[in-house]
Amino acid sequence: MTSFSLQHQALEPSWFAALDPRTRLLAAVFFTLSALCLSALWPLIALLALALLLTILLGCQWRLIIKRLLAFEGFMVLVVLFLPFTVAGKPWFAIAGMEASYQGVIQALVILLRGNAVVLALLALVGSMEPVKLGYALAGLGIPEKLVQLFMMTVRYIGVLFDEHQRLRTAMKARAFVAGSNWHTWRSYGHLLGMLLVRSMERAQRISGAMRCRGFNGKFHLLTPVKWHRRDTAVLTLAVLLFLLPLEWQWWQYGF
Amino acid sequence: MVSENIKQRDDRVTETSHSALLKVAGLGFAYAQKPVFSEVNFELYPGDRLALIGANGAGKSTLLRVLVGLAKPNSGSITAFGQHCVGEESFQRVRQRMGLLFQDSDDQLFCPTVLEDVAFGPLNQGLTAEQAIAKAQTTLTSLGMAQFAERITYRLSGGEKRMVALATVLAMSPEILLLDEPTNGLDAAAEERLLQHLQALPQAMIIVSHDRAVLERLANRAVILQSGQLDAAVMHRHPHQHAHEHLHVHPSSEVEAGKHGAKEHH
Repeated sequence: MTSFSLQHQALEPSWFAALDPRTRLLAAVFFTLSALCLSALWPLIALLALALLLTILLGCQWRLIIKRLLAFEGFMVLVVLFLPFTVAGKPWFAIAGMEASYQGVIQALVILLRGNAVVLALLALVGSMEPVKLGYALAGLGIPEKLVQLFMMTVRYIGVLFDEHQRLRTAMKARAFVAGSNWHTWRSYGHLLGMLLVRSMERAQRISGAMRCRGFNGKFHLLTPVKWHRRDTAVLTLAVLLFLLPLEWQWWQYGF
Repeated sequence: MVSENIKQRDDRVTETSHSALLKVAGLGFAYAQKPVFSEVNFELYPGDRLALIGANGAGKSTLLRVLVGLAKPNSGSITAFGQHCVGEESFQRVRQRMGLLFQDSDDQLFCPTVLEDVAFGPLNQGLTAEQAIAKAQTTLTSLGMAQFAERITYRLSGGEKRMVALATVLAMSPEILLLDEPTNGLDAAAEERLLQHLQALPQAMIIVSHDRAVLERLANRAVILQSGQLDAAVMHRHPHQHAHEHLHVHPSSEVEAGKHGAKEHH
């Protein structure tokens, strides 16, 4: 039985793992901001190269990165296919009477590059982090405690729910269930989902009971162990300067 | 039945001079109009280790839930630590002193790390963060789990989860422990470790278990819940003197090598 994990186990260098998780989160935010400000092709390619460099430097596992990128690329394919035909501008070529414009192609390329750069950087900077650490980082950045707790609970129980789902699936398979395109399949999946919902509900009630047993009265306590060091300031400054480089290139070459 | 119980209690009072930690009288619970149990009477005294036995679905877990106020009884009264318990507020006070160990530790451990989970109860009791962490660490150390403090709860094994769940309960310094199938789903080594720690604890306990060996080691008194009634039960052991065959399981390679001769087959 495979177990479910939100984290792709990165082989991150120890200096990187020792950083305050907020540094990594903030670096990712600045990277995204920089990507959003870029609209010229070559600076965007430079940013994508930067993201690739980060991925290599921080020792990510390519198999996992590619697997996660593919899920994202499925969405990107639609953008690349439709944008050239829907953006008005100078016509470039025509397929079956529909004209593709230069502007549309460029716009599709920009979105493709920007999206991939951001996703790669996020996977390298945040995706390699223990999800719990991400929760601490969010709390440390002043995100409302209720939202952080919601996130922490999700992290805690998504695996438990996944296991429950797997057990039900195995039980179905053990009784010779094979998914097909028929009414029986849909009904069975309906039962599976319904059962999962009922069980989640019951588990939620048991958890809430257990919390009340330990004196829970609506107040959550987060013993946040994040500490900002001087090296975090240094790394974040360096990262922000690095991420600003393509932006400066764009301003210098193409204006605002 | 009732008068018998009272007489029994009087005997206990003169005998121990302690007053009951927990007194349950005429307790009844129904689920969707279907009665689960009724007229349940019993008392728990300091030092009592009460085995609560009964078939699947007899309502043992429900009774434990009723005792800490997680389920509302239809009739009867619960008196804990000399206080009559009615309503959520009084049960909130009871839960500070009566710890329930859940059957599934995944229900009990909801915090990101072990230390946070164990400190959750003490924090709710009003301790400061430092005090709560200190308390959590002491509790973990007393169970030999100190090195697990920084671990992520959902990455623990089943046995480790159960020990941490016990730590979360003990960190609140309860006077009564309610154990719902404490050894359920544990392997032999984890079970042995848990039982050793449980045996060494001073608290009064109510233990629900189907495992006779577990009850034999933990309990000194027993009640049985059957067809909705709670009756006193007798735990006894007697030597069996009968010849019988044992099932022996040896690796076939060892048998072929002649390691297990006929003399071994008593």
